[in-house]
Amino acid sequence: MSLFLIASLPFLGAIFPALLIRAGRNASAASAGMVTLTALIGLLTNAPAVLRGEVVVARIDWMPGLGLNANFFLDGLGLLFAGLILGIGLLIILYARFYLSRKDPMGQFYTYLLLFQGAMVGIVLSDNILLLLIFWELTSLSSFLLIGFWKHLPEGRQGARMALLVTGSGGLAMIGGMLIIGNIVGSYDLTVILQHKELIQASPLYLPALLLILAGCFTKSAQFPFHFWLPHAMAAPTPVSAYLHSATMVKAGLFLMARMWPVLAGTDAWFYIVATTGLVTMVLGAVIALFKDDLKALLAYSTVSQLGLITMLLGFGTKAAATAAVFHIINHATFKCALFMSAGIIDHSAHTRDIKRLGGLIHLMPLTFTIVLVAALSMAGIPPFNGFLSKEMMLEETLSAVWQGSPYLVAALAVFGALFSVAYSFRYIGHVFLGKRRSDYPGEPHDPGPGLWLAPVFLTFLVVVIGLFPNAVVGPLVQVASGAVIGDGQPVVFYAKLWHGFIPALYMSVVAVVGGFVLLLMQRRLAPLWDAAPRPEAKVIFDALVGGFTSLSRRLSEALHDGALSRYAAIFMVFTLALAAYAYGTGAKGAPNREMLDLTIMPVIGWICLTGATVCVVAFHRNRFLALVLIGVVGLIIALAFNYLSAPDLALTQISVEVVTIILLLLALNFMPKNTPQESSTGRKLRDATLSIGAGLGAGGLIYALMGREFSQPSISEFHLENSYSGGGGTNVVNVILVDFRGFDTFGEIIVLGIAAIVIFAITEAVLASNVRGRLLNREPDMAQAGNPHPLMMVVATRVMMPIALMVAAYIFFRGHNAPGGGFIAGLIAAIAVVMQYMASGYEWAADRQRVYYHGIIGSGVLIAALTGMGSWFAGLPFLTSSFGYITIWPLEKFEWATAALFDLGVFLAVLGAVMLALESLARFAWQPGMDSEHPMEINPARDDADNHEKQEA
Amino acid sequence: MMHLIVLPVVLPAILAPFIIMAIRHHMDLQRIFSLAGTVALVAITLTLLAQAATGDIQVYELGNWPAPFGIVLVLDRLSALMIALTALLGLAVLLYVIGTDWDLKGRHFHPLFQFQLMGVMGAFLTGDAFNLFVFFEVLLIASYGLMIHGGGARRLRAGVQYVVYNLLGSTLFLFALGTLYAVTGTLNMADLAERVAVLPADETALIRVGAVLLLVVFAIKAAVLPLHFWLPASYANAPMPVAALFAIMTKVGAYSILRMYTLVFGPDVGSTDGLVGDWLLPAALLTLGAGTLGILGARKIGKLVAFSAIASMGTLLIAISLFTEQATGAAIYYIIHSTFATGMMFLVADLIVSRRGGIIAPGTPMAQNGLIASLFFAGAIALSGMPPLSGFIGKLLVMDGARDADQWALIWGVILIASLVTVVGFARAGSLIFWKGYEAEPPDEGTQETHPAPTSALPFVAVFGLLAGLILLSVFAGPVHDYARATAGQLFDPQEYIGAVLRGGK
Repeated sequence: MSLFLIASLPFLGAIFPALLIRAGRNASAASAGMVTLTALIGLLTNAPAVLRGEVVVARIDWMPGLGLNANFFLDGLGLLFAGLILGIGLLIILYARFYLSRKDPMGQFYTYLLLFQGAMVGIVLSDNILLLLIFWELTSLSSFLLIGFWKHLPEGRQGARMALLVTGSGGLAMIGGMLIIGNIVGSYDLTVILQHKELIQASPLYLPALLLILAGCFTKSAQFPFHFWLPHAMAAPTPVSAYLHSATMVKAGLFLMARMWPVLAGTDAWFYIVATTGLVTMVLGAVIALFKDDLKALLAYSTVSQLGLITMLLGFGTKAAATAAVFHIINHATFKCALFMSAGIIDHSAHTRDIKRLGGLIHLMPLTFTIVLVAALSMAGIPPFNGFLSKEMMLEETLSAVWQGSPYLVAALAVFGALFSVAYSFRYIGHVFLGKRRSDYPGEPHDPGPGLWLAPVFLTFLVVVIGLFPNAVVGPLVQVASGAVIGDGQPVVFYAKLWHGFIPALYMSVVAVVGGFVLLLMQRRLAPLWDAAPRPEAKVIFDALVGGFTSLSRRLSEALHDGALSRYAAIFMVFTLALAAYAYGTGAKGAPNREMLDLTIMPVIGWICLTGATVCVVAFHRNRFLALVLIGVVGLIIALAFNYLSAPDLALTQISVEVVTIILLLLALNFMPKNTPQESSTGRKLRDATLSIGAGLGAGGLIYALMGREFSQPSISEFHLENSYSGGGGTNVVNVILVDFRGFDTFGEIIVLGIAAIVIFAITEAVLASNVRGRLLNREPDMAQAGNPHPLMMVVATRVMMPIALMVAAYIFFRGHNAPGGGFIAGLIAAIAVVMQYMASGYEWAADRQRVYYHGIIGSGVLIAALTGMGSWFAGLPFLTSSFGYITIWPLEKFEWATAALFDLGVFLAVLGAVMLALESLARFAWQPGMDSEHPMEINPARDDADNHEKQEA
Repeated sequence: MMHLIVLPVVLPAILAPFIIMAIRHHMDLQRIFSLAGTVALVAITLTLLAQAATGDIQVYELGNWPAPFGIVLVLDRLSALMIALTALLGLAVLLYVIGTDWDLKGRHFHPLFQFQLMGVMGAFLTGDAFNLFVFFEVLLIASYGLMIHGGGARRLRAGVQYVVYNLLGSTLFLFALGTLYAVTGTLNMADLAERVAVLPADETALIRVGAVLLLVVFAIKAAVLPLHFWLPASYANAPMPVAALFAIMTKVGAYSILRMYTLVFGPDVGSTDGLVGDWLLPAALLTLGAGTLGILGARKIGKLVAFSAIASMGTLLIAISLFTEQATGAAIYYIIHSTFATGMMFLVADLIVSRRGGIIAPGTPMAQNGLIASLFFAGAIALSGMPPLSGFIGKLLVMDGARDADQWALIWGVILIASLVTVVGFARAGSLIFWKGYEAEPPDEGTQETHPAPTSALPFVAVFGLLAGLILLSVFAGPVHDYARATAGQLFDPQEYIGAVLRGGK
């Protein structure tokens, strides 16, 4: 079967259990089992070729640009691990079917399990280190889900997060390491990398790469000091512990060390880091395991210890040690998985895993006892079981390891560790099963049905068979796998036997077994001492670190984003000024090459008014009304300045915008306190003053510098001046630019206006729909109200002015193309004409007489502009292409028509509608019932006359 | 059809006023028209994408005025990609909004939405610097309207900050444009590029000021530290689907940086040498840092996702700030990823907020807890850059693109550590929201449905659509990356663009 299929089957099949759970738990489990079985059979079809020494490959280019390709290869090492993952996976699926209770969502469980399985298979088959990284992180993620499977258990959640954090961080470190390796070699393909030992080890980046990759391996394989997550991951359901935390995931780190062994191993750095870490982990794990009362914790620490053993063997860097490591990987998988399953069985029926509450189970659970006996003896390294064989190989290898010149240090520590592992293995047998039968078990211990015992029995069968016939059963596999680890092309000789004669390793074994037995007898007396001894509690430290970092980042983040707009703006100012100053200072600037104008009296007066008004705004800004008036002064002077500098269009626009804005602001001021409260401290005022003066100087300086020089190259405005009449049909270049040359900008800007208006409308609706409306209705005016809100004089004047104002608007509109004016200004003037009616007679009166809704005016304006633009499509020309001509209609003189005028009409309508809608929306805030009379003005002599007349008649 | 390129701007620009004018009181009609328009936009932009993929640069001269005197729209690989991305995200968000009735919670959602699309599309397509400003205004004012859609004191307050801060940026934009125009006498980007390249030596000081001010403007939009302050509160308080749409808004800033600082002020331009990358890289690293800290410290889901949007922009800007062809290719891939991932996560956040409120704390399991939890998990994977979704590939690409930079070790370190912190932050939030609620009562079928489950399937269609986008982006990473590299190639060979605009324009 293709390697692609093998690797992807678990992923593809992961959907089935989740779906089929509706058809029952058996269907769900069976589908998971079938998927795994299919993949396993697929793997086995490739086995003969691999055992012959071939390497099966499958390649697809995925991202050749990055070097991330879906390349898989299957060699001995891959076959060994893939076989373990799929084979044990099958047993776990069977076991879990009977282990999980009816309440557990089993479909989810199998889905997660298959995802995990796929990720693991992916790791061991990857021929591309980037691909491998993907699968690597996937195992972290899927194991997060599996460990946290029992959502209601806090330990499960915490354990899941801890495992994710530790293994995930290792994985991220490994990304760095792998990318470095890829950069050194120039390829991310493993088979290529594995051929470049000298290149990699000679690189100055070898050590960082090694450290980063080992960080990934050590975290995954729970090596000291990253071992602490593994015991906490035991909160997972037992099938998960058996699968992930004994047989597969924790071996991923070992796998990777083995995989990279040909290029990374053999240096001093490798030996001292890997072998030492392994040794320390082995001893430490074994010691802690002995004093754990929770069965799963005991097994967890024993796993830590055994993983340390294998790491140490890989760290030795010798071929024999590597072979022993491979062999022990198989053996450990068989006995440890069986032990976890048996722990689950005990937990299931006795309802406790606490060794202190167990004992004497041999009478109640003879079958389980047999399983545990065989597996635990193998773990202790007692012949004739398989654990004995590999442990003896290990001890023999330690003898030849020299650590910093001391030849026996490693061996002695190894024996010390082995001694403890014998002790905890015996403890599992002795303290749980032997002794007197108790009467106070929380549950009713009994042997389980075949669903639960089949899998562990099969594994213990393997323990025995491998122990008795190692060479026949696993010999070829170990040989090809070790060959792949060593990777020098030489055939590996593997020959294990139970009896080697009286060699040092045997004596070491004997010491370990006897010593371990003695140690067990003393365990109950040592335990209180151990418990009393001070030692760092990893979880407490970890929680404190993570919690501390979380609250630190929360404090930092919330202090940084405290919501004070003035501070945000201050930072913006400082940053912008600094960057601009830097940019200016690092460039070169020529002297001003433009002649200065002579200083005449008019600009001086204007300048004095402008600065005077600005200073006054600063001085009197607390009085908002006054500030508004002063701002109006500033605006008017700017309009005058435009006029003085021969920009009548700008001046007209500025004046009309000024009028409308001030009216809108006055309306808004109606609802606001008339004075700005004093909130800033002196320091803050100083800061703000400095900043604003800096900003002013910066802006002023920039403008001064810009005005002092001519364009460095001819400006595009020359073109506009030349083509305005011939190409745009108008002599007012400003207007032609607005409606023709850059009509698209204008189109955008009228849309901005329109949006602004409907946003104001939407806010008004939102606010008036909330409880603010009540406050508005009941508000007390904070200033004296006018006795006569709608005075006669004003009403009459505005009525008279309305047609005149509209005429002016029309005039301004039509002359726009050739003289100052245009749709924008005309729209503002028309708006002012209508606004005056609102001001004179009130909102309600005016609204009653409104026939066209402002929404419609805005919409029609934008639409007319857009449709005018689209009209040119019919002539095959681009959007907004204008067209013009001259016609004579008797009795009028010849006059010009231009599509641009239609576009300008759109502008006119959009501006009119936008201003009016904004104004109307704001006016609605002010509305109170009974505020307006039904009459256009309060005092009307004619009405009074009529009333008097009626009274007289009456 | 030569007019196709202007349609992404014109179509929503007709649709929105039509809705305001004719059907503003008929929500069903508004939905039909808005949706139909957005679907049409998807079709149009995908067609344009296919056209641009050939490598041709299309130029559209508005008003039939030749560049640089009139305004041009330019369609190259980058702008085609960005408008297609906008349309796709817009469609997903619109489906979600319709499915959850968000458009009923305030006035004028659909016209504002269409105007927003129009502004974004225009910003991506225009070849004129001042026109870019106009579209910045369009999208700013429309986004402000969308942001405060539905009202509420907190939202309105956040909206004020949003609009004020961005108006500061707009003002600065005008200063920048004025400076550029005063020195060079032109506003067309291609023309600017030609003129800046041959600028007399004594003009560099002012052009440098203009360039750097422009960069600040774009950096505000892209939420680069220390100009990102407007983002967290406004995104967190905006309606979540609107925040999802805003995933493309920060990209407008990133796009503009990419465009202007490869075309006009490219790495080879002497007069603006050493202005951009030198401070943008550290700023991008800090952005990533601030984003991740915010993720870890977030108390509310809205903030969590808002900060992950910032972090995502940080990663993107790291790639952009290197200004090499390889890193830019990575950046372009990452833009696609970041847009879909951020958009999706905001939608998921809304699913959660609408069921149990936004506070990251244990509560009773909500309706569709499992489904939403898996979507959250997928989104978290994408945003923290874990496999198998495209975030991981994007992260690898960015790191790979940085390997020749002097500070590669720093960049890698920051990216990897940020990834880790993000993972922790999301794991914490996810387990509090989805798992801890089970502590009081173990999961029990039947009692789980405490809240009535919303009936519409449309929101999930939208979320799954975006997730599908992320998956496709991973599966077809090869072709997408090829496109991204070709795009980067086009950007780093600006003569082609300049030639098309100024000389081959018809």
